[in-house]
Amino acid sequence: MLRMNHLSKVYRTHLIETHALRDFSIHVREGEFVAVTGPSGSGKTTFLNIAGLLETFSGGEFFLDGVDVRGLDDNARSRLRNAKLGFIFQGFNLIPDLNLFDNVDVPLRYRGFNAAERKRRIEESLTRVGLASRMKHYPSELSGGQQQRVAIARALAGSPRLLLADEPTGNLDSLMARGVMELLEEINRQGTTIIMVTHDPELAARAQRNVHVMDGQVTDLDDEPRLRQPQEAAPARREATATGVTA
Amino acid sequence: MSAPNPTPSRGPQPGLSLIAYYLQLGWRSLRRNPVLTALMVIGIGLGIAASMTTLTVLHLTGADPIPWKSDRLHYVQLDNWSAEQPARDDGSPPDQVTYRDAMALMSARKADKQAAMFKLSLPIQPENRELKPFQALGRVTYADFFAMFEPPFQFGAPWNRDQDEGHARVVVLTRALNEKLFGGQDSTGRSLRMNDVDYTIVGVLDEWKLRFRYYDVTNGAFADPDEFFMPLTTAVDLKQRSTGNNSCWQSPGDGWEAYLNSDCVWLQMWVQLDTPARLAEYRDFLNSYVSEQKKLGRFPRPLNNRLLDVNQWIVDQRVVSRDMEVQTGLAFAFLAVCLVNTIGLLLAKFTRKAGEIGLRRALGASRADVFRQFLVESGVVGLSGGVLGLGLTALGLVAVRALYSEYRSVAQLDWTMVLTTIALAVVSAVLAGLYPTWRACRVQPAAQLKV
Repeated sequence: MLRMNHLSKVYRTHLIETHALRDFSIHVREGEFVAVTGPSGSGKTTFLNIAGLLETFSGGEFFLDGVDVRGLDDNARSRLRNAKLGFIFQGFNLIPDLNLFDNVDVPLRYRGFNAAERKRRIEESLTRVGLASRMKHYPSELSGGQQQRVAIARALAGSPRLLLADEPTGNLDSLMARGVMELLEEINRQGTTIIMVTHDPELAARAQRNVHVMDGQVTDLDDEPRLRQPQEAAPARREATATGVTA
Repeated sequence: MSAPNPTPSRGPQPGLSLIAYYLQLGWRSLRRNPVLTALMVIGIGLGIAASMTTLTVLHLTGADPIPWKSDRLHYVQLDNWSAEQPARDDGSPPDQVTYRDAMALMSARKADKQAAMFKLSLPIQPENRELKPFQALGRVTYADFFAMFEPPFQFGAPWNRDQDEGHARVVVLTRALNEKLFGGQDSTGRSLRMNDVDYTIVGVLDEWKLRFRYYDVTNGAFADPDEFFMPLTTAVDLKQRSTGNNSCWQSPGDGWEAYLNSDCVWLQMWVQLDTPARLAEYRDFLNSYVSEQKKLGRFPRPLNNRLLDVNQWIVDQRVVSRDMEVQTGLAFAFLAVCLVNTIGLLLAKFTRKAGEIGLRRALGASRADVFRQFLVESGVVGLSGGVLGLGLTALGLVAVRALYSEYRSVAQLDWTMVLTTIALAVVSAVLAGLYPTWRACRVQPAAQLKV
């Protein structure tokens, strides 16, 4: 699903070079739930931004669902992001002017689906996170946990192959955090690959696999995936995950 | 690793539905920040209104008043001025002709149609005792005037050439004067007393939509309109002096006959020449006429006749004044100031949306998508400003009509100007939005998403 080989990322200012990632290699297989942990400034957010095609990288290789990402222009990366990736942010990042229906609609608009298809997907994904009855509400009328559920619905509406979550429970109290985490686990059980960045060891422990990042390098790779039994996943997907381990 | 997938492409025709989506977002965004929106819309509206008010007056003033025949109607100028100095500083001939020359040209009948004319104000003594006598402004001319300038008739018809010859005491009234005197009834055949002389009414004009009086620019294209028309031969018979401009380069001498024979200019002379060949012939005729006059000791200056058509004459006489052009320039400068202000406000508005831009980029919008979205939003601001500007322009024109009654016929919005207003507003706002939009689509999505 996601493979990075000897990836590097250098930020340059006129005075100094900062190596945010160096010789960074990781392989995430289809259907996995991977937690990326590490202290602040270790490079885990840079990794997530590059994985999400929001930033370019300086060296190495990166394949996303088989597509070589090097050399893709801005437009192609936008389309790839739109079709294959879903994002969940710590700050939810809902658009305050839009109601829940229209917020979930945003990625679908860029996908070019017709109105009926968009409506079907929006209703389906809001139902999945338990907020179908509040479609006409605005984000400010919801609790933090509910807002994060909307963000998850938005990420799911386009049927992404890979869900990228950046501290998804960071702004939530423990009760709401548990609810969101259970939702993510359920989504993963239904077949969606998830990469979650967190510095909460308790949360990381609930993922199938932990990748620890330190000084821009993967230092501790728990490379024996304990796959959950997917409830609805096609057998082909399980076969795909059984191949190749990188470290 | 699964098999390589081609980069997914968008569904069919996402462009149009996305534009509709951007329009919807633009409209919502306006409502979201009512104060900022109001500032921008008022700014554009004011700039547009100032520009369009002046531009409308300029546009209608400069427009061809009789497009179907303006190239066939020509204004005659003959240079009978002093040997010592020209009539006008640029060396062009005087803008009116003498009575002698006008009579010579009228009786020669070398043009397809011809009409000498002058301005005459006469006291009217109404039959209706309830009306007090009043002064009315008239045009003294020939029967051909009506065929040349084509005013529409409500009742009756113009007088004919025989009545010109016979110094007939006939008159044609305008609709407004007929309303005033006879309550709008068909008054043809009735009598009208002017300055103690009775005239028979032969015709009444219908509403004549003359934006300005192009046939007598010398006495003010925007001055009060003529109220009646009568034969020039009759007026001269009754020794009526023109109440319009009169210029002499030497003393006319004493008495009515001396005045008529003098080199004073006080008549306008128009001819209709239906083909370029006729125009060339008429030019030759004028030149030979002036050469003959030189033999009699008149026309001391070199040959300097002019035959300008309607539009050339309007330009020559600066009907569109320099002031009007300067005002329009200033109004557009004001629009530019309003647009600079809009650029600042849009920049502030779009900067505040950096988070949303980053998010939309993360969710699959390309730079071009963001660019289009925000340009459409600028266009929506422009459209709103245009609608407001249109209302303000209408008010501005009401003010122009109230302050400058001479512009009342040109200070009107026509469809061209309505569409121009809206287009100008949208284009201006989109131009103002270009830089803020370019800045907006430079937003790095990754930098905006960590909260």
